[in-house]
Amino acid sequence: MEGILRILYAFLSTSAFAALLGLGLAAAARRFHVEKDKKVEELLAVLPGLNCGACGYAGCEAYAEALAAEDDDDITKCSPGGPETLAGIGTLMGQEVDASKVRMVARLACAGGDGIAAREFQYKGYMDCEAAKLHFDGDKGCKYGCLGLGSCVKSCPVDAIDYTSDGLVKVDEATCIGCEICVAVCPTGVMKMVPENIEWFVACSSTDKAKVTKTNCSVGCIGCRICERKFPDSGFIVTDNLSVLDYTVQNGEQQEGAAQACPPKCIIRTKED
Amino acid sequence: MTYIGIILTYVFVSNLVLSQFLGLCPFIGVSKNTESAVGMGFAVTFVMSLATLITWALQHFVLVPLNIVFLQTVVFILVIASLVQLVEMVVRKYSPPLYQALGIYLPLITTNCGVLGIALISVNASYGPMESFLAGLSAGIGFLLALLMMSGIRERLDTEKVPRHLKGAPIAFISGGLMALAFMAFDKALLTNLIGG
Repeated sequence: MEGILRILYAFLSTSAFAALLGLGLAAAARRFHVEKDKKVEELLAVLPGLNCGACGYAGCEAYAEALAAEDDDDITKCSPGGPETLAGIGTLMGQEVDASKVRMVARLACAGGDGIAAREFQYKGYMDCEAAKLHFDGDKGCKYGCLGLGSCVKSCPVDAIDYTSDGLVKVDEATCIGCEICVAVCPTGVMKMVPENIEWFVACSSTDKAKVTKTNCSVGCIGCRICERKFPDSGFIVTDNLSVLDYTVQNGEQQEGAAQACPPKCIIRTKED
Repeated sequence: MTYIGIILTYVFVSNLVLSQFLGLCPFIGVSKNTESAVGMGFAVTFVMSLATLITWALQHFVLVPLNIVFLQTVVFILVIASLVQLVEMVVRKYSPPLYQALGIYLPLITTNCGVLGIALISVNASYGPMESFLAGLSAGIGFLLALLMMSGIRERLDTEKVPRHLKGAPIAFISGGLMALAFMAFDKALLTNLIGG
C-alpha cells in the first residue's frame, strides 16, 4: 500500500512540477513576446506548408522570410503550390502574376518497355534502379533508358508515379507537383521536366549512334533528322543523335507530320484520347 | 589540479560525442558546414554549463533533502527543456544578434541527450557546484571541438568522390567512427601522466 502511495505521490508531484514549469514558460512567453513580421505570417498562410524544399530554401518559413525581407524577389519559386499560391503571394507582395507560366511536370523519356528494348542479361539483384545501374550500367542494352525498378516511384512525395505493365514507369501529370525529386533520383537521367501542355514528346533519351540504338531498341531515336529536315517549323532539332523538341514552338500540324514520318515512331502524343 | 583534470577529461578523454556517443543527432545533423557547426557548438556549450549548474542545485537542495532522488531523470529532463525554452525567449527579446547566432539552434538542444548526459554524469560523480559547472562547460567545448572537426571533414567530403550509396549520413558516420578511434589515444593513463594522478 505504501509503495503504491509513494508512486502516486511521485506521479502527482512530478505532474504538478511540470504544470508549474509550463505555466512559467507561458508567462515568460507573454513577457518576452517579440512581434514577428506580419508579412511572414501572411505569406506562410498562403504557402502550402509541405516544406518540400523545391524553392531552394530550408522550408516554407525560410522562403516566406526571404520574400518578406526582400532578399528574394522571385515569387514563382513555389512550384508545388500551383497557380493559387502564386496568386496569393503576388497579391501580398504587390507583384503582377504572370498566369501564362505553364506548370512543369515530370515525364519519362523512354518507350522501351519489355520486349521492345533488348536486355543484355537478367538482373536479379536488389530491386532498385541505383543498384541495377551498378551492374554494367543496367540490364538493358540501351544505357539511357528506364530501368523500371522504380527509384522514382519510391521517392515521389505525392505518389504521382506508378509502374506500368510493360516494365516502365508513368507519371500522372495531374498529381505531379513538379518538385524534380524523381529527376534527381533517376540514375540514368531518363526523367525529364517538360511543360504540362505539350502535345508531342520525344520518348527517347539515347544519344548512341543510329546503329547501336537500333540494335538495342526498336523505338529509339536514331537521329535520322527526318523530323528536323522535312518539318523545319516543327521545333524538332537533332543534337547528339537525339531529337529534341523546342517546347516554345506551337505547331501541332507540323509536329504531327514529324511524328508520323519518324521511322522508329519515338515521337509520341502526350495526351491519349 | 582537479579542475584541469575535469577539463581535460570532458574535452578529450570522455568526449561526449566521440567516446560516450551522446548527442549524435546534432553531431550528424548540424555538421554539414562549419558556420552552423560553430553556432550549434556554442549554443550547446552555453546550455550545458547552465544546465549542470541548475541540476546540481536541484539535486542538492531539492531531490536529496526530500529523499526523491529516484525522480532525478524525469525532473532533470523537465528542468533542462524548460530552461532552454526560457533562455531562447530571453535571448530573443534582449539580444537579437546573439539570437541570430545561437537562437535557431537552441530549440534543437531541448532534447539533446548530451545535455542530460553531462548533468547526470556530474551529479553521479558527486561534483561540487564549481566542478559541475566546469564539467558542463568542458563537455560543451568537447562537443564543439568534435562538431567543428566533423564539419571540416564533411566540407571536404562534399568535393570528394564518394560512392553514391555512402553519400550524406553514411559516410559521415564512417568518418565519425574513425575520428572516435583517433580520440581513443586520449585515455586515462595519458591523463595521469600529464597531470600526475
